[in-house]
Amino acid sequence: MVEPLLKVAGLQAWYGESHILHGVDFEIGRGELVTLLGRNGAGKTTTLRSIMGIVGKRRGSVTFEGRETVGHPSNQIARLGIAYCPEERGIFSSLSVEENLLLPPVVKPGGLSLEDIYRLFPNLEERRRSQGTKLSGGEQQMLAIGRILRTGASLLLLDEPTEGLAPVIVQRIGEIIRQLKERGFTILLVEQNFHFAATVADRHYVVEDGRVIDMVTAADVKQSLGKLQAYLGV
Amino acid sequence: MTARNISLFVALVLALIAPFVAYPVFLMTALCFALFAGAFNLLLGYAGLMSFGHAMFFGMAAYFFGHVVKAWGLPPEVGLLAGVLGGAALGLVTGALAIRRQGIYFAMITLAFAQMIYFLCVQMPFTGGEDGLQGIPRRALLGGLLPITNDFTLYYVVLAIFLFGYGCIYRFIHSPFGQVLKAIRDNEQRAVSLGYEADRYKLLAFVLSAALSGLAGATKAMVLQFATLTDVSAGLSGEVVLMALVGGLGTLSGPIVGAYIIITMQNYLAGFGEFVLVIQGAIFVVIVMAFRKGLVGEISAWWKARKHKA
Amino acid sequence: MSGFHCYDIFAIPMQAWFGQLLLGLINGAFYAMLSLGLAVIFGMLNVINFAHGAQYMMGAFAAWLLLGILDVPFWASLVLAPIIVGLFGVVLERLLLKRIYHLDHLYGFLLTFGLALVIEGLFQWKWGSSGAPYPSPIAGGWNLGFMYLPKYRGFVVVAALAICLATWFAIERTRLGAYLRAATENPTLVRAFGINVPRLITITYGVGVGLAALAGVLAAPIQQVSALMGTNLVLVVFAVVVIGGMGSIMGSIVTGFSLGLVEGLTKVCYPPGSNTVIFVVMALVLLVKPAGLFGQTK
Repeated sequence: MVEPLLKVAGLQAWYGESHILHGVDFEIGRGELVTLLGRNGAGKTTTLRSIMGIVGKRRGSVTFEGRETVGHPSNQIARLGIAYCPEERGIFSSLSVEENLLLPPVVKPGGLSLEDIYRLFPNLEERRRSQGTKLSGGEQQMLAIGRILRTGASLLLLDEPTEGLAPVIVQRIGEIIRQLKERGFTILLVEQNFHFAATVADRHYVVEDGRVIDMVTAADVKQSLGKLQAYLGV
Repeated sequence: MTARNISLFVALVLALIAPFVAYPVFLMTALCFALFAGAFNLLLGYAGLMSFGHAMFFGMAAYFFGHVVKAWGLPPEVGLLAGVLGGAALGLVTGALAIRRQGIYFAMITLAFAQMIYFLCVQMPFTGGEDGLQGIPRRALLGGLLPITNDFTLYYVVLAIFLFGYGCIYRFIHSPFGQVLKAIRDNEQRAVSLGYEADRYKLLAFVLSAALSGLAGATKAMVLQFATLTDVSAGLSGEVVLMALVGGLGTLSGPIVGAYIIITMQNYLAGFGEFVLVIQGAIFVVIVMAFRKGLVGEISAWWKARKHKA
Repeated sequence: MSGFHCYDIFAIPMQAWFGQLLLGLINGAFYAMLSLGLAVIFGMLNVINFAHGAQYMMGAFAAWLLLGILDVPFWASLVLAPIIVGLFGVVLERLLLKRIYHLDHLYGFLLTFGLALVIEGLFQWKWGSSGAPYPSPIAGGWNLGFMYLPKYRGFVVVAALAICLATWFAIERTRLGAYLRAATENPTLVRAFGINVPRLITITYGVGVGLAALAGVLAAPIQQVSALMGTNLVLVVFAVVVIGGMGSIMGSIVTGFSLGLVEGLTKVCYPPGSNTVIFVVMALVLLVKPAGLFGQTK
């Protein structure tokens, strides 16, 4: 049995007094694309943030390449090879597009070069000198994804990359994510848009009330559609 | 009889017999500063606004009192009133401008205005410049019926003024105004969304605080019979912050305790010259790092924790 | 007091005009350097460094002590003093400031206020409040006809301008500056990218303090080196900072120099107002643009 790249066991997390995660368990193999599905407030974003080490308090175990990360500050976790693309995108308004792209430091060899990223996102190259926040929603999302590709991180945490975007852009992002998977990136995706998730993922975990309650592989999605729809409340 | 009422009664009794055991002038000075610290604390502890220039109200009121009583020869009641109104007016003008910014900026703005007042006081003839106003006469109160040249008698007058001032603070905190102010301090956006004009309330608190500081300053001029540049200095502004901090922000009795401690400390350390500043600064640092609730606040929290355990 | 002279140029010799303007420019140079340091520290730490004036004073004292005890010349002090005082700043940040970031910003103000009292009190206690002179490293001056320009003072203006522009460049045009700007906006995310933000914060404070000390060294030959030289200055710098708003680096620089000039002009036209003119400008700016001339409401 190949050691999973990321293994989460009994993960609990708090924001101040609020106990959000009550024991999350799942794992991701190298090169897989796995999604976390669930309703609003289920704890999907908190799970990503917990892996990254940016919640208030964590307990439990999160191992990456066999190394325990709970208890370590987020900058050390990033340097192990995990990169985070937040839900709010987090584009810095005091930086230009190119400065945004170059901000996350290279933590491991093997990341994309700036030229590679511009080839993937040509519209970013056009706007490289613009202020980061002057871009449209879709362009900002591409910038948010693009800048973590340079770091050499092998695990990408993407939080709702298609939220609020037009269908044609959602398609483009889907293509890009598929290309990233082909290049060997391991991706943990949080998505509300189930149809989008189904087009890219190998497996889906369902999160409810701060716990993982089910897992569905891509092959079983069709049969489990009813069950999944019930989980997501659609 | 609750514990609180008992302690209030005891405090009152102590206050009444105090001049028999301690120097009345020391006690009166402490009372003036206790009122000043209380007025400052009203703004910070209950409205969440830290003014770093409160000395301008205290000092200007002292000058007004001195001028009214010495230069114009009017009775001290008029002088006190002049101090209060002067403080209030100055508070209105500076407050209206300072309220436009929040938090740190507010503090810096009040600091800057106080500096401006300081420089004006250096230059204006009526303040007497570097020498200040000296030898302010202690005229009798109540149209000549109550002579106050005797420190002893004056003590009870000052105590009455102090109780009046603190009474105002108490009434304000427990009034509807006070409740709204607390709501604004805790969550301004919410209060605004509920329809309260936060700025108006903050300005009201500011003016009241300034007026009471003025009362304290004028009273101090009446007791010590002088008003100088020290009374409008940034140093004094810092001291009153320290008094409120040491005693406990947001507590009613904190400022009184803090004022007594700092005044006593200054008396003892008078011989050390500039080292007093070092000690004051060190106290600031220690309190911010370790005892943020101040003396009264920490004791109060400890007491509550004990009650819960029991 | 005889009214405004501004329109009656012939009543005031040109020398007086330009003399005051030069003085204003020099004051402005210091206002700019100090408000720049304050703005940079505030951006990253969200703390108003009340001790800035004390650290400026420490820089001057360091130069004076280095000269008196170790015969270190001015030009070496320009490098050494900021490093020494900057390291002191690093210690302050690690030991004290770092522990109160999670609290209301006002506590940072109170802490640095207390530190300023301690530092100034200690220096005053040890060396008294009267000033000590520091010899000017560049003697002489140029007679330009309409005024006499002391060489050192000309140097100070140029040096201050260079320092301010270098700081601006470092922040706006370099990679490290990008880290700083990003961390000011969203420190959590920047840390999640792998950048050691706490260390960046410490370095920023150290550099800000070093800038203040550098200004102090430059000031030593002009003013007397005294324990109180920073106190009054920092209060004026606060007003400068409120006027400029702390949103932009270039804004702080421009505001500092401009207000120095305004002060100089006031000294010529209406001398009694020169002390308070900056505060009056602050009051006006608050009425019209509360966020400051170059500020963004945070």
